Amino acid sequence: MLVKQLSVFMENRPGRLYKLTHALGKEGIDFVTLSIADTKDFGIVRFIARDNERAYTILKNEGFTVGITELIGVEVADRPNALAEVVQLMEESSINIEYLYSFVLTNHNTAKILMRVNETERALRLLEEKGIKLLSEKIL
Amino acid sequence: MPGKVKDYIYRPEYECLSRSEMEALQSERLKKTVKLVYENCKPYREKMDAAKLKPADIKSVADLSKLPFTVKHDLREAYPFGFYSAPQRDMVEIHASSGTTGKLTVVGYTQNDIDVWAEVAARGLAMTGVTKDSIVHVAYGYGLFTGGLGAHYGAQKIGASTVPASAGNTIRQLTLLRDFGATHLCCTPSYAIYLGTEIQKAGMNIEDFSLVGGAFGAEPWTYQMRDELERLLHIDALDIYGLSEISGPGVAMECMQKQGSHVQEDHFIPEVIDPVTLEPLPFGSEGELVFTTITKTGQPLIRYRTRDLCTLTAGKCACGRTTVKMSKVKGRSDDMLIIRGVNVFPSQIEAAIMNVAGVSPHYMIYVDRINNLDVMEIDIELAGDLAPDKVSDIESIKKKVETEVNSYIGVSAKIKLCESGSIRRSEGKAVRVIDRRE
Repeated sequence: MLVKQLSVFMENRPGRLYKLTHALGKEGIDFVTLSIADTKDFGIVRFIARDNERAYTILKNEGFTVGITELIGVEVADRPNALAEVVQLMEESSINIEYLYSFVLTNHNTAKILMRVNETERALRLLEEKGIKLLSEKIL
Repeated sequence: MPGKVKDYIYRPEYECLSRSEMEALQSERLKKTVKLVYENCKPYREKMDAAKLKPADIKSVADLSKLPFTVKHDLREAYPFGFYSAPQRDMVEIHASSGTTGKLTVVGYTQNDIDVWAEVAARGLAMTGVTKDSIVHVAYGYGLFTGGLGAHYGAQKIGASTVPASAGNTIRQLTLLRDFGATHLCCTPSYAIYLGTEIQKAGMNIEDFSLVGGAFGAEPWTYQMRDELERLLHIDALDIYGLSEISGPGVAMECMQKQGSHVQEDHFIPEVIDPVTLEPLPFGSEGELVFTTITKTGQPLIRYRTRDLCTLTAGKCACGRTTVKMSKVKGRSDDMLIIRGVNVFPSQIEAAIMNVAGVSPHYMIYVDRINNLDVMEIDIELAGDLAPDKVSDIESIKKKVETEVNSYIGVSAKIKLCESGSIRRSEGKAVRVIDRRE
């Protein structure tokens, strides 16, 4: 029950993000999520596409430094403190969240949380025990 | 131009010989040296045998061009002590400089060689006016690098008070310079300029210093840098040249005419050759500088190719000396870089990079001079198969490259990680270095 995400290394200079998004856009690849972790010198663009496998192949062929990562995805009610509850669960079990982002789809009244943790299996078990709804790629 | 320094000739009996007197002396010393290396140094015996040469074939300096060249690679092949012409027990000091593949170039000195070195360094410091009354502050690094000890030996030989400050800690350097009343400074020209620019920032005033002159070397520098240095420190700044293979600083030194450096040619015979045809060139032609040591006994070198490009000129100098002068070094006939006084080969950087997982062998080295200090940046592509997800993973690759490069070459570099494929591939000979220093 993991969600595949693509990560692309990107130098911090003009035109790079366009090159990436355009490479996928012109091939009809649709983004589900996209976030950027940036530092002074470089960034890592993380995204989920409707067709991750094809997006990966396209970017590889274009010479991007791209990898596939598996994330935990959960669905919670779109209400205050819902995110905090998930985070608290991880914290109480000493599971380290390496990064996390969330988004809301307008036609649902739920919020989706995607995160990378240091102990994926344990986190999954924990979330299942608590009855938190896990996402798979299809649900996205 | 300050003109504070009183240049004097330390050893007129050798520094003011006529050309024929000098050549006669060189011939005698050359014959002795060739015999010494043939009998005691296996690589030289092999080189000469291969060229069908016997020591008796070398009768004067005119025969010098018959002798085979020596290159840095030969010394490395013989690592560590294969180029000794004297037994290990006769060596009193061993120096080493960085090599291209992590292997060091070793130079052993007998007491005689240390005496020669002190003598030539003293002659050089006399050009910048160092006497027994001077206080000489040595801010070259002390250690395997010959800069520190070379200047030290020269100053001691003259009997000046020597302050072995060594490199680093700018505030302490400035405090010592001011409070001890140093009259002379020895370090790399870029560091001297840096010291000059830091005086004000440190809340000090150059008027409180007693400096009059200095010997600056271990890296090439321009006349513009001299102007800057003289203006900042209120001194006469002279160029000192040397390389550890031959001796260390003092092989040549600029007199107060500030028009080229006098080679101590009763100890080191200079030649300039065409780096492609290897033919000797006449005075006045630019080519690669080659030295033959003729008084050393520990590790004499025959026709050692320095890879430094310059011009030699003969004739009596306005200072009174008659020794051959070499121009400022105009470049290199190989790809060696001098960064903050340290010799760096791109191949060393490549070797360091290859030790790190996650990066590719595609890199570009940029060298700049920022605020008078050499700054090196290495752009390097991440490995194509890297899956970059965590920022900390990428940062740790960067850190590893930094650490490897620093420990391999002894100079820090700013590392910039690049997307794979982003560094321009060159057709033919790869361009790995862009040196943007003037």
